[in-house]
Amino acid sequence: MDILIAILSRVAKAAVTLLAIAVLNFFLLHAAPGDPAVVLAGEAGAADEQMIAQLRERFGLDQPFYLQLGKYVWGIVQFDLGYSFRQGMPVSQLIAERLPATLLLTMTAFFISLGLGIWLGVAASARVGKASDSLLTTLALLFYATPLYWAALMAVLVFSVWLGWLPAFGFETVGADYTGMARILDIGRHLVLPAMTLGLFFMAVYMRMTRASMLEVSQLDFVKTAKAKGLGGAAIRRRHILRNAILPVVTLAGLQAGQLVGGAVLTETVFAWPGIGRLMFESLAARDYNTILGVFIVSAAMVILFNVITDIVYRIVDPRIGARA
Amino acid sequence: MNFLKTTTFLVAAALASPLAAQQEGGRLDIVVQPEPPGLMLGLVQNGPTQLVAGDIYEGLLRYDTDLNPMPGLAESWEISDDGLTYTFKLQEGVKWHDGEDFTADDVVFSADTFLRETHARLRASLAYVDTITAVDPLTVEFKLKEPFGPFISVFEAATMPMIPKHIYEGTDYATNEANATPIGTGPFKFNEWEKGSFIHLVKNEDYYVDGLPYLDEVYYRVIPDAASRAVAFETGEVDVLPGGSVENWDIPRLAEMEGVCTTGKGWEFFAPHAWMWLNNREGPTSNEKFRQAIMYAMDREFMKDVVWNGFGNVATGPVSSKTNFYSDDVTIYDHNPDKAKELLEEMGYDGEPVRLLPLPYGETWQRWAEAVRQNLTEVGINVEIDSTDVAGWNEKTANWDYDMAFTYLYQYGDPALGVSRNYTADRIEKGSPWNNVEGYENPSLDEKWAKAATLVKPEERQAAYDEIQKEIVDDVPVAWMMELEFPTIYRCNVKDLVTTAIGVNDGPRNAWIEE
Repeated sequence: MDILIAILSRVAKAAVTLLAIAVLNFFLLHAAPGDPAVVLAGEAGAADEQMIAQLRERFGLDQPFYLQLGKYVWGIVQFDLGYSFRQGMPVSQLIAERLPATLLLTMTAFFISLGLGIWLGVAASARVGKASDSLLTTLALLFYATPLYWAALMAVLVFSVWLGWLPAFGFETVGADYTGMARILDIGRHLVLPAMTLGLFFMAVYMRMTRASMLEVSQLDFVKTAKAKGLGGAAIRRRHILRNAILPVVTLAGLQAGQLVGGAVLTETVFAWPGIGRLMFESLAARDYNTILGVFIVSAAMVILFNVITDIVYRIVDPRIGARA
Repeated sequence: MNFLKTTTFLVAAALASPLAAQQEGGRLDIVVQPEPPGLMLGLVQNGPTQLVAGDIYEGLLRYDTDLNPMPGLAESWEISDDGLTYTFKLQEGVKWHDGEDFTADDVVFSADTFLRETHARLRASLAYVDTITAVDPLTVEFKLKEPFGPFISVFEAATMPMIPKHIYEGTDYATNEANATPIGTGPFKFNEWEKGSFIHLVKNEDYYVDGLPYLDEVYYRVIPDAASRAVAFETGEVDVLPGGSVENWDIPRLAEMEGVCTTGKGWEFFAPHAWMWLNNREGPTSNEKFRQAIMYAMDREFMKDVVWNGFGNVATGPVSSKTNFYSDDVTIYDHNPDKAKELLEEMGYDGEPVRLLPLPYGETWQRWAEAVRQNLTEVGINVEIDSTDVAGWNEKTANWDYDMAFTYLYQYGDPALGVSRNYTADRIEKGSPWNNVEGYENPSLDEKWAKAATLVKPEERQAAYDEIQKEIVDDVPVAWMMELEFPTIYRCNVKDLVTTAIGVNDGPRNAWIEE
């Protein structure tokens, strides 16, 4: 029963937060200079009063502000994200078309960076002061400090233009019409460079954090106790130190996971990856209000969802957290 | 009748024989940037839509690179001596992509009903039209209220696209489901649009010109980053970079690659003309001497060579040299800083800062604004660059919230279609960044613009526009910068890609690939 109430209150809070995000962004977007009707007309290079008026009417911009806001919020309450007049289709459909590509890219980058980061962090902490540790930390610093955009272009230059090993951009080979395994492999080949570019930065962060945290925890008394019990170094690191050292990494991973939907704008742009980050950026430039708001709401929902998941993971990793609460 | 047909066929075959080397088949990958918001050319006419939809939809006429009309959906046309009646004979056997016949009724519906409602630019020309009638299924007649000199130039595909009556009549055009799967008469049919990645068009097997098109399919590729577009061309992923696809400094490098050709042709109909709006209403820019000083202060040749890598020409006035009725008999503003300083002194310029709004279309435009600021600073003008994104730029110019603002506009082959709109007082109207944004008022010139549009004989029109250009260039209502050139970069084995005044927009119709 307690759990049910806890879940319900959590959901209710999330719903209120989402609604508040929608309303706040609605205000912000409409306060920004620019008008979607003028942008659309502008791209045609000619417009008269009649055309702008027609477009504004079609976009619902001729109505009073409070009415526009009321209609939008009423739609959200009914899980309707509205219609993109620029793209001529419902926003939910636009997002649904783009979401899988983004999730594939960001999830791949996320799991690879988390797995490799923790593994390398543990490895480095076990070799503190040795050459291999210095090498790993220096590399991590390099990845951490490299601007993503530049890293992406360099990766394209080396692996696509010079070596010709990997496709430079895109989601799959256009017009090849692969099916089954061939298609999966094709998408995989296209995924390597963007996932690598996006993942390297976070891998570096996870590695440095794991290493530092491992070193800190290994100074604690219970580690000495474990050593005194006669446990081997690897077992202590895995069962005792890592388990305690990983909490800050989980926090950070939770934060990154919240960015999975909207956080890959640059990578998606450089690699022409047909994802949601680009949809958001392009919609923003065109002041396609409903689409931007829709993306904001979906990505805010993701942040909330991953906060909950992070909480749950905390409890699994460190049972004391649940007990205290 | 049979004899006649046979003869025609033989003559056509004989004419075609020197071109017999054209090879059928193949696929062309063309960059489209940015992704078009829609492909229904009657509703959306922005650049990317024109590029893709120019293969799907057609107009009654096409235009060669000297802007002479050529047959399109009309095989022939006649203009009455008084310039009031235009009669078009339509091609026989034309079918819409869904198999229905294309007839004169479609033409009447498109021009008189659909486009009157949706097409701002055409609407201005249609104001001269009294009636449009289908004389018989293959003959259409446009009757004008008064002569309108440039009327023969309004039948290009994106200016007056032919819309299928059987699909749109009586529907809400904007939300018609067919907009997602456009139906035209063109050489290619819409097949698939993978949003964010590509648009796939396939050959129209029933195209009314025998043997055309040669290509099997065309892919328009969406690649959002300019550097990535350059890489896509380098690695062979795409075959054609239409003008403006890559930043200017990448062009020489790509053009020097083996097997790569470039052409500046194919923009004659549009003749993109760049200038800075100068706010004629208030501040230093409201003073004619100040505006002339700006012209003398700028080293536009330097800007062309450095910012535009030598592409384009320095503009002499409001009309592009590619547009009909251009005249170079005007005051030429060379780079002359001393003259600029003199003019500023005469007007008593006190150093009041002027805001300069660059066009937010990428690095080139930003650099151009910086070059202007440098030149103006050299003669003592205090310039502040005011940056914004596209939506903000539209809003600021449309609401006259600027002192100087970069822009460029198309001219559509004729001063009455794409030039006078920026200079006559009746086009001073807040809310639009494409009319007389600078607020220039000159009643005697207004009359001359109006008269020049209604003259019929080309030599009379030339004389009228010569006079207008001579006079307006002295007033400097705006600071004319350059006739822009956006070279098309393509692989040399792609043949006959750019053959008309709208270039790649209808290029795939005749294009073929040499193996």
